Amino acid sequence: MTDRPLKVLIAKPGLDGHDRGAKVLARGLRDEGFEVVYTGLRQTPEMIVTAALQEDVDVVGLSILSGAHMTLVPRVCDQLRAKGLGDVLVAVGGIIPDDDVEPLRAAGVSGVFGPGTTIREVADFIRANATPREA
Amino acid sequence: MTEPGGSPAERAAALADAARAGDRRALARLLTSVENHTAVAEQALRLLYPLAGGAHLVGVTGPPGAGKSTLVAALIAQLRASGRTVAVVAVDPSSPITGGALLGDRVRMQSYASDDGVFIRSMASRGHAGGLAATSTSAAAVFDAAGFDVVLLETVGTGQSEVEVAAAADTTVVLEAPEMGDEVQAIKAGLLEVADIVVVNKGDRPGAQRTAAQLRAMLTPPGESGRADGPSARRPDVLVVTALTGEGVPELLAALDRHRADGAAEAAPAARRARAAAQVRAVLAERLWERLASPSLTPTTDAALERVARHETDPYAAADALLAALGREEAP
Repeated sequence: MTDRPLKVLIAKPGLDGHDRGAKVLARGLRDEGFEVVYTGLRQTPEMIVTAALQEDVDVVGLSILSGAHMTLVPRVCDQLRAKGLGDVLVAVGGIIPDDDVEPLRAAGVSGVFGPGTTIREVADFIRANATPREA
Repeated sequence: MTEPGGSPAERAAALADAARAGDRRALARLLTSVENHTAVAEQALRLLYPLAGGAHLVGVTGPPGAGKSTLVAALIAQLRASGRTVAVVAVDPSSPITGGALLGDRVRMQSYASDDGVFIRSMASRGHAGGLAATSTSAAAVFDAAGFDVVLLETVGTGQSEVEVAAAADTTVVLEAPEMGDEVQAIKAGLLEVADIVVVNKGDRPGAQRTAAQLRAMLTPPGESGRADGPSARRPDVLVVTALTGEGVPELLAALDRHRADGAAEAAPAARRARAAAQVRAVLAERLWERLASPSLTPTTDAALERVARHETDPYAAADALLAALGREEAP
């Protein structure tokens, strides 16, 4: 099977409890034909990276509405690289001030999506940028 | 971990060695290959299959919302406390429309991020209908060969007849929630017949003990009702568990261990042969389809399918014709 679905991890790092957006996205990406691993609320960077490694995902999507993205997201990216998962596409969604976008990109984030983003935009971004892994 | 390079056989050997040596990324990558039916996966499984067989394969099945993932999480905790390593294959359904899937079983299994003795892998069913994914048994064999003591196979939420897990596992746990039906439900054929252990989960709910009592009364082994060669000659244990709090989980683990110890003497050879038959049958079907889809046979195959679709012939005649076509290919 060469046309296997891309596998996407959707996680909410940190303490904010607003997971509606992450769930809507997880469901929407399911409908776009992705295999979505949803890990839920209150994930530490370590939990997210362990899940990404065990699930061998192509994409990690982080949903953050708390404002803690400058602390949590670079940690996830660093730990992904440390585990040899530097080729996994990282995208962040939530309330991200414009000024933070460049630093996040520098940390290893490929896509930053704010309010008003459609599911289709995220799906198209993933299809265009993820590299499916083959052993 | 070595980067892809070399022949499939070389890459398979490198990945299999690394996975057995404890390289978790190599193990994860190997499982992806298995899911995707790659040439590397086939080579790796040939290497790993003879090394498997030491793990206790435990199937966990039951209707959606009965608490399978929560019970698996509770079992992981109990198994870790007893010093055993645990791998989980957690299957959720793929969409028949888009092929996408929402794999949500990890939500209940959060606490093991830094524990190398636990490895959880979610799998989409990818169109397979028996409660597992087509590759779940192979994934379990990979975990087995990688040295995990226990492999928990969690099925999709099942209805009444997804009994495939019983062939894939040494011990099958069927989960029920309280008040899901009366005694007539308990005597219907199907899922409950393949249970080695029946767990009534949500034991803190009213009705749990009553449900367990009804199940105990009705789950008479077929042997006692006249057929000695029935599907299960044992009366399954019926346990009441509250997975969320861990109440009853030590007793469940004891029952699992007991079943394994007993099984080694009794039903195990037959169960293992049934599992082997299921695995070989699956590969055989796959191989047949692959050959029917080969360039030389594709026109014949397509024509046969088209004729069945138009009701010009029946599926039996078409299958016989395709087998005959395969035979002609084979002849020198």
